[in-house]
Amino acid sequence: MGITKRLGIIAGHGTLDSAYPPLIIATSAAALDMEAAIFFTFYGLEIIKKGQADKLQVAPIGNPAMPVPVPNIIGMLPGMTAMATRMMNGWMEKANVAKLSELLEMAQMADVRLIACQMTMDVMGIKKEDLMDGIEVGGAATFLNYIGEDAVSLSF
Amino acid sequence: MSVTPDEILDCSGLACPMPILKTKKAVDALEPGQILKMIATDPGSESDMDAWTSRTGHVLVESEKSGGRYVFFIQKKG
Repeated sequence: MGITKRLGIIAGHGTLDSAYPPLIIATSAAALDMEAAIFFTFYGLEIIKKGQADKLQVAPIGNPAMPVPVPNIIGMLPGMTAMATRMMNGWMEKANVAKLSELLEMAQMADVRLIACQMTMDVMGIKKEDLMDGIEVGGAATFLNYIGEDAVSLSF
Repeated sequence: MSVTPDEILDCSGLACPMPILKTKKAVDALEPGQILKMIATDPGSESDMDAWTSRTGHVLVESEKSGGRYVFFIQKKG
């Protein structure tokens, strides 16, 4: 039985809820003695901007799965995104879920490679100094080379 | 049967993935053959500890659950 020893994750979204799975899976992979890397691209770059992780938001608009569904016409009102974010942060805190900043720290301590996508940094005007310390910058080839022939790859 | 742990790690109240991350760190700090007692309240920790030990080769010597409390005795592989 072949055991995969390497995991490559693409994080392409910068909302509070979509930032969790890549970090939870990558840190857990490291705990299972796997190598892991996360490739942050497009809005996923928000997660690794300096001081930004714990400020990510979740929008009620277009999100019918929220436990308290908000009709889109109300979700578009000013302040609704901030309200939904406060609610979600409240649920997370109650369930004692680690903050995104803590998971990032755990990931770095566990040698999870955090790679920022060069092309989308350019598109979005993000500079390396806007990102947390210890972030690598690379392109698609960097990620593909990391995955090689036998890694598991996930996209969030 | 009671196993005498060399270290105790209390992960009560912590949600996934913290119990696994902290357990790994604690087991890394042990000598081979030593035993960690880990306490958790996350119901997912039961299957996660099974998965983690089978994956890493450390041994889940004993586990018990009572109420919402899970206790695991993990022996570091030699």
